[in-house]
Amino acid sequence: MASLHTDFVGIRSPNPFWLASAPPTDKEYNVRRAFQAGWGGVVWKTLGAEGPPVVNVNGPRYGVIHGPDRRVMGINNIELITDRPLDVNLREIKAVKRDFPDRALVISLMVPCDEESWKAILGRIEDTGADGVELNFGCPHGMSERGMGAAVGQVPEYIEMVTRWVKQHSRMPCIVKLTPNITDIRKPAEAARRGGADAVSLINTISSITSVNLDSFSPEPSIDGKGAHGGYCGPAVKPIALNMVAEIARDPATRGLPISGIGGISTWRDAAEFIALGCGSVQVCTAAMTYGFGIIKEMTAGLSAYLDDKGMRLSDLTGRAVPNVTDWQYLNLAYVTKARIDQNLCIHCGRCYAACEDTSHQAIAMSPGRIFTVKDEECVACNLCVDVCPVESCITMHELPPGTVDPRTGLVAGGYANWTTHPNNPMARAAE
Amino acid sequence: MTSPHTPGVVAHRLDAATLARNFADVQEPFDHHEARVAADRCYFCYDAPCIQACPTAIDIPLFIRQIQAGRPVEAARTIWDANIFGAACGRVCPTEQLCEGACVREEAEGKPVEIGRLQRHATDAGMATNTHPYERAPATGRRVAVVGAGPAGLACAHRLALHGHDVVVFEKRKRPGGLNEHGIAAYKMPDDFAQREVDWLLRIGGIEVRTGVALGRDLSLDDLRRDYDAVFLGIGLQGVNSLRAPGEDKAGVRDAVEFIEGLRQAPDKGAIPVGRSVVVIGGGMTAVDAAVQSRALGAEVVTIVYRRGQEAMSASHHEQDHAKHEGVRILHEAAPVEVLGNGAAREVAFRYTETTPEGLRVLDHGFKLEADQVFKAIGQTLGELPEGLAASGGKIDPTRLPAGVWVGGDCAPGGEDLTVTATAQGRDAAESIHIHLTGGR
Repeated sequence: MASLHTDFVGIRSPNPFWLASAPPTDKEYNVRRAFQAGWGGVVWKTLGAEGPPVVNVNGPRYGVIHGPDRRVMGINNIELITDRPLDVNLREIKAVKRDFPDRALVISLMVPCDEESWKAILGRIEDTGADGVELNFGCPHGMSERGMGAAVGQVPEYIEMVTRWVKQHSRMPCIVKLTPNITDIRKPAEAARRGGADAVSLINTISSITSVNLDSFSPEPSIDGKGAHGGYCGPAVKPIALNMVAEIARDPATRGLPISGIGGISTWRDAAEFIALGCGSVQVCTAAMTYGFGIIKEMTAGLSAYLDDKGMRLSDLTGRAVPNVTDWQYLNLAYVTKARIDQNLCIHCGRCYAACEDTSHQAIAMSPGRIFTVKDEECVACNLCVDVCPVESCITMHELPPGTVDPRTGLVAGGYANWTTHPNNPMARAAE
Repeated sequence: MTSPHTPGVVAHRLDAATLARNFADVQEPFDHHEARVAADRCYFCYDAPCIQACPTAIDIPLFIRQIQAGRPVEAARTIWDANIFGAACGRVCPTEQLCEGACVREEAEGKPVEIGRLQRHATDAGMATNTHPYERAPATGRRVAVVGAGPAGLACAHRLALHGHDVVVFEKRKRPGGLNEHGIAAYKMPDDFAQREVDWLLRIGGIEVRTGVALGRDLSLDDLRRDYDAVFLGIGLQGVNSLRAPGEDKAGVRDAVEFIEGLRQAPDKGAIPVGRSVVVIGGGMTAVDAAVQSRALGAEVVTIVYRRGQEAMSASHHEQDHAKHEGVRILHEAAPVEVLGNGAAREVAFRYTETTPEGLRVLDHGFKLEADQVFKAIGQTLGELPEGLAASGGKIDPTRLPAGVWVGGDCAPGGEDLTVTATAQGRDAAESIHIHLTGGR
């Protein structure tokens, strides 16, 4: 079995699966259960400054998007940072770390945007023996109205400033957690790096309204007939998170900055994809909130087995896909594929036909007996038929062998030619 | 005290609680969540094969999508637009031979979308609103006579009423509903469902049902043609085939349809006598309904004997499996040659058969089955036709009808003898009559 031992910016854990800062990591009882179940690390739910704790709403905190059979596709929450006294949290952190010295224990922090507040709390965190801190610059609801969380994370200059204070007043590794509620994720990442951050983690939740009650006309979750936007997470946000991770991993200004990946990770496969895009650890929340901590066994066993199948170490996987993330302009326009329908697997539902005929390129023919075939002279290889086909591997894309003529365009397939040199591109440069 | 062990044909073999259980709804209705999950399995196929396989061409993917989107009442409307007996069909259609047999998931994984149960779910929701979803067009002043208050006649009447015509339905029996009311096993339509459906259908208005009136006895086709602007005949099949075997006249030998009808109309099922050893001869739905209900009444040994092979049985696999599950034995390739017994049936003698290119051949060896009751379920016939009608191929010949007369349902050719087929033919005849009466305006 491939080892999953992880050293992420000096924080060691027996596997790269950490629980994200969120309700599952709010107190000792939960965190002990998580560690007993096998989680490699925990980012303790965000602590605030000394003083009266925040209060939460006393109505529903979560909204949900269900798939078929009430499968949880996404959860939205309006919970704030920990609503328990700072002393209690610190005492519990110390006790847990003492009993689980091999696990990663990172403390998420969110205090007012002044140097004294940060300095004050950092010393107290160090006393617990925790392995590092994560700066919560991402929370999009509630705290942002008070000038914290996403309100800081949306201003790169603030990120840089606060990160610098943290590195100045603490020797602990510092992870900056980024909000996706921003136009260009690379800017806050660059700011974190300039401020001296050891790593970034992303994504935090996405501002969202999950649904509107069509009887009361209140957004959900509804608190006495009113709703506020919350933060969206779970499987539905994974594609957004993967892109943001990749942007940071491949940008020259942020390349090499360690990343802890977050966003809809539900199985070992999701985690492997984040790792392949450059993440040194991954954080999970919604899947644990949906199924409980027991899922960690599937995640660790699956990732290990995958690495064994590929003959790779975990470090071989890390960042493996990053070189293959590029800009559209560099995609090979001479690479031509055509859809092929396997008649032995086809169940004759006609979804490919409806999709292509109604919404795409009229490239599928329907013959008597409900036989569906691809018209190569019309097929632009868009892949929609593959996507909507209910049978796995029934429709597949096949590359035209280099040298053959694409019957749609009359052009010879093969070789490499991208937009930068294309004659239709007014900005085209002559091939060198 | 009688029991399943009591010899002869006797009533009250089982206690009331057991009987109630045996005649309870055989089909488990979906609850709301189950229906959403089942609906989600539909692929919303292009030009869907299930629609083509439905004699009434219900837009099945659309109604399933409406269930999925949380609107079962609108789903019911989609069903009823094509098939006003959609609620009955959701219960009794041999779906594996129709929509579900054509479902692409049947081909893909041998487990089709449960269209029948979903249809029942939607129509139950629609009927539970206790409203009738259709409003009649302005009155045309035209009057149409419909003979037979079965699915064909009532589907025709409903569609005609919808178009603003006034309809009088003549029914020979005491209650309307036709085979839905009289010819289908009680456990498929418990709680007087067929009557409730007829009542619901008639709420459209403009339809008068006169029961106890028989064509040929109480009125003639010429009377109807004289008094009405058009006539629709949905008179079903009135006769039954005979065994043509010695001993058929012995006590204990009955037509299965008569047994099924008696059970449907009996206020106390336990009062219906049934044999200890029952033999049902036939291979269709009627044979299964008679056999399973014999078991439900407490018959100890029930055997269906069919003269051809299993593949030739017209009862669906689902029906056959149900019969076997209820403890009915099904024998194939054996033909009855004599009912034995001294006055009352005691045994039935069978000979094995084989299918040859020249047809079915009865061999010279066979077996005997003990039987104190024998049900004949070997097909129904037109019987004696009212004056003015001609038969062809065992059905009313639609090419030789008097002017102004339409025909549909089991008495007419085309399709299987099913509620759904009758409904389609009644509906289509109504559209044809409507065009005839109004020029389609």
